[in-house]
Amino acid sequence: MTAAVLALGAFLFVACGQDLPQNTFRAEGPNAELQKDLFFLAFWIAVFIFVLVEGLIVFAAIRFRARRREEAPKQVHGNTRLEIVWTVIPALLLLFIGVPTIGGIFTLAAQPQGDVLNVNVIAHQWWWEFQYPDQKIVTANELHIPVGRPVLLSMESKETPGGQEQFGLTPADAVIHSLWVPRLSGTQDIIPGRVTHLTLQAERPGTYFGQCKEFCGISHANMRFRVIAQTAKDFTGWVSAQQAEAAEPPPGTDAAEGAELFAQFPGGSCVACHAIDPGGEGASVGPNLTHFGSRTTFGAGLFPNDAEHLERWLRDPGRMKAGVPEGAKMPNYNLSNDHIQALVAYLQSLK
Amino acid sequence: MAAVTVPTRPAPFRRPTAEHGLVSWLTTVDHKRIGILYGVTAFAFFIIGGVEALLIRAQLTAPNGRILDAETYNQVFTMHGLTMIFFVVMPLSAAFFNYMVPLLIGARDVAFPRLNAFSYWVFLAGGLFLYSSFFLGGAPNCGWFCYEPLGVAEIGNNNSFYALGLQIAGLGSLVASVNFIVTIVNLRAPGMSLMRMPVFVWMTLVVSFLLLFSLPILAIGLFQLAFDRLFATNFFNVAAGGDPVLWQHMFWLFGHPEVYVLVLPAMGIVSEVLPVFSRKPLFGYPAIVFAGVAIAFIGFGVWAHHMFAVGLGPVANSAFAISTMVIAVPTGIKIFNWLGTMWGGSIRLQTPMLFSIGFVTMFVIGGLSGVTHAVVPSDYQQTDTYYIVAHFHYVLFGGAIFGLFSGIYYWWPKFTGHLYSERLGQVHFWLMLIGFNLTFGPMHILGLQGMPRRIYQWPPGMGWELWNAVSTVGAFLIAASILVFMANAVRSMARGERAEEDPWDGRTLEWSIPSPPPHYNFAEIPTVRSRDDLWHRKYAEDESGRPVTVVAGAAHPEEGDGEHDEVHIDMPNPSYWPIVAAAGLPLIGYGLIYHWVFIPVGVLLLLAGLYGWKIEPVEEHVEGASD
Repeated sequence: MTAAVLALGAFLFVACGQDLPQNTFRAEGPNAELQKDLFFLAFWIAVFIFVLVEGLIVFAAIRFRARRREEAPKQVHGNTRLEIVWTVIPALLLLFIGVPTIGGIFTLAAQPQGDVLNVNVIAHQWWWEFQYPDQKIVTANELHIPVGRPVLLSMESKETPGGQEQFGLTPADAVIHSLWVPRLSGTQDIIPGRVTHLTLQAERPGTYFGQCKEFCGISHANMRFRVIAQTAKDFTGWVSAQQAEAAEPPPGTDAAEGAELFAQFPGGSCVACHAIDPGGEGASVGPNLTHFGSRTTFGAGLFPNDAEHLERWLRDPGRMKAGVPEGAKMPNYNLSNDHIQALVAYLQSLK
Repeated sequence: MAAVTVPTRPAPFRRPTAEHGLVSWLTTVDHKRIGILYGVTAFAFFIIGGVEALLIRAQLTAPNGRILDAETYNQVFTMHGLTMIFFVVMPLSAAFFNYMVPLLIGARDVAFPRLNAFSYWVFLAGGLFLYSSFFLGGAPNCGWFCYEPLGVAEIGNNNSFYALGLQIAGLGSLVASVNFIVTIVNLRAPGMSLMRMPVFVWMTLVVSFLLLFSLPILAIGLFQLAFDRLFATNFFNVAAGGDPVLWQHMFWLFGHPEVYVLVLPAMGIVSEVLPVFSRKPLFGYPAIVFAGVAIAFIGFGVWAHHMFAVGLGPVANSAFAISTMVIAVPTGIKIFNWLGTMWGGSIRLQTPMLFSIGFVTMFVIGGLSGVTHAVVPSDYQQTDTYYIVAHFHYVLFGGAIFGLFSGIYYWWPKFTGHLYSERLGQVHFWLMLIGFNLTFGPMHILGLQGMPRRIYQWPPGMGWELWNAVSTVGAFLIAASILVFMANAVRSMARGERAEEDPWDGRTLEWSIPSPPPHYNFAEIPTVRSRDDLWHRKYAEDESGRPVTVVAGAAHPEEGDGEHDEVHIDMPNPSYWPIVAAAGLPLIGYGLIYHWVFIPVGVLLLLAGLYGWKIEPVEEHVEGASD
């Protein structure tokens, strides 16, 4: 019994207390709050039943242990009154949990009210595309949202054919994904042929980790993203920066050479798959790179966006991320060192 | 003595007569031998699935594990799930159904002995077919649930092996379910009314009906998947008007009853063991039986609780939340009645009892965490995290596997005729209990801290380091406990003390016959006069309800006179044909995947098996064939 209480204490301490990137108990949005509160409602009832039942079992096993030369036990076959009691009490407890559960289901399913920001989410194998239809911007893997404002995500799983075939690659598959930002909200699946919705809201500025939660193929573990919640002012600033056309590197620099290579290099082209346009005009096989340099990570939240990681990525994407060379996705073009340097310079210039 | 008759049919249609050696095992129709085949095969798969589990744990011990690459990891976790569900827990339960049901109902065999052999060979064929994929380009990699369209989309034959391998194995279970329903309904000894049946037999009946109604749903889903993969049909293809969510409904309409298929047999075993080791009858027998039946009924109405995050809408999610909570009530009834059975008893904490108590205590944890999933908003956070992995391992390992080990130890003397080392049995129990809780307890915390399932690597900085490391240590403790079990088993077979008929002072009919039972089970079919018939032959109750020993033979004076020992009992003859027919099925599978020429060969084998089965003589009277 003492052990059980200690284990429970340890459980609560380690589970709730820690400021971990995906800790569901460190809720920072109304969805996650509601989900946490309902969890604890069920949890405390479960703890009560756990202590009661396990305690009685262990007590019975010790108290009624066979002793030498003891009288044989009385042959009891049952007790109807007791059996009714332990049918009715659990049913009442479940009713007590069931009512707020149904309330919670409808609360979470309700259309958000007030000043709603609309974002279309396109889940790809294995990265996230975020479109802001009203702001006319398209970005990837980092979802910027204003704090205190409901954000209605309309989510689809789509793959854009094109680009790959000219290099003899098979297109990616639209499969089921699931969007999850533990500290803001529980998950919502994203299913080919359907549009599903999830309302996100963050109470405080910060970076919240998210991850695909439905098994979606070889690189499922590598389909991560960040939600960056900003004050209204910062968010407006970010939007106008994203609406600007891509930076033109000054002639004669490495970056300028990179810009040319981006359009056409020996054996391939970046623009066949990646758009350089704030509104997403152009190819959308891979992430829109218009303001790539302003992102903190790349590869779907896998790598810090710095020269070292970019270089390694361009040298052989398949070594960096499973599944990238096999299917759709980005092949190894055997770029020369000079070309890699130039492309890195260009990508970093795209602030 | 047997009548000696000259066989009147051409040689290929004579029935096999081998009683020893390989041929006798390949042609056996004896339910006890088939039970042993099921048990040994399932244990072999348990070792394979366990090694896969250790690989998974080794990979996830620390951030960015590099023992397996992503593709191999996905194959290994898929095969771990498939193996443990379809090739360990189901056949291990089937081993008990086979060996024990006829003994518990006072019968000499199952209703259809050759069909019983066919079930086993089909199950084995399905398992070998599925595992052959490892040598033919790679095992299934879409998870045991194989959500579409991913399962169709993945290139390679991996998931065709999934669709066809499960189809074959499922056929074996479907056939077996019919066999056990007929056996239990028709072959009970005189006097054994339904409400006098041991609870384990009841649970076998309930599980058989669950399989009968749920497996066809999976079969249709698997056919759709196989057709989409092999013949480019569009059941799950959105672009052509198909629907990937259709698969999820089909899969979980099977998949949730399947959970009860896995756990009800263990509940049946526990309901046999607790009374024997408490020296008290089962508390509230009718309530436990009806709770089992109720669980099975409601079990068909909860499937969409696996799909809360799909977006079926708030009304559907509310309905399935309620049905899921309702199913907790009969489960609770069982738990409290087991507690009532122990209460006031004279409890012997021997190995079978320890495992049964382990079952009840661990299953309570799994059941309670299950209630937290029924709280749908909370499940949006927990679904597809390690919290779920923790939950269902508490149900299927803490539940089913502990219960099945309880049954293995309980009936080991009956199966083998030998006793095992009680000390090693207890070491096994405590090692496994500690290892189990270290492995799966921390997964609750990992899931709530945001660790998703089915990821082959996790990054540093997430705060998951400690509990993943603890979990891996626990997994290796479980492995060590299994080694202790194997040592105990080998030791018992080699030099274990001979077991008497009734080593535990048992309550049910199997303890009235020698250990191991003769091939005809009962020299004379017993007449049953009460529930726990054997107990009431041994004990009467005094006025205060305490048992008093009855003078031997007084209760049933017509039995035990030894006069029947010389009587010949006609038993079903062995047959070549079940294994021949079963061998055709994987060939058809390979034909569908690789080249059509295998298909006619497989079909011919299947037809030859079925026709041979039909036209072989019912009996082969050969001189000296009688015992």
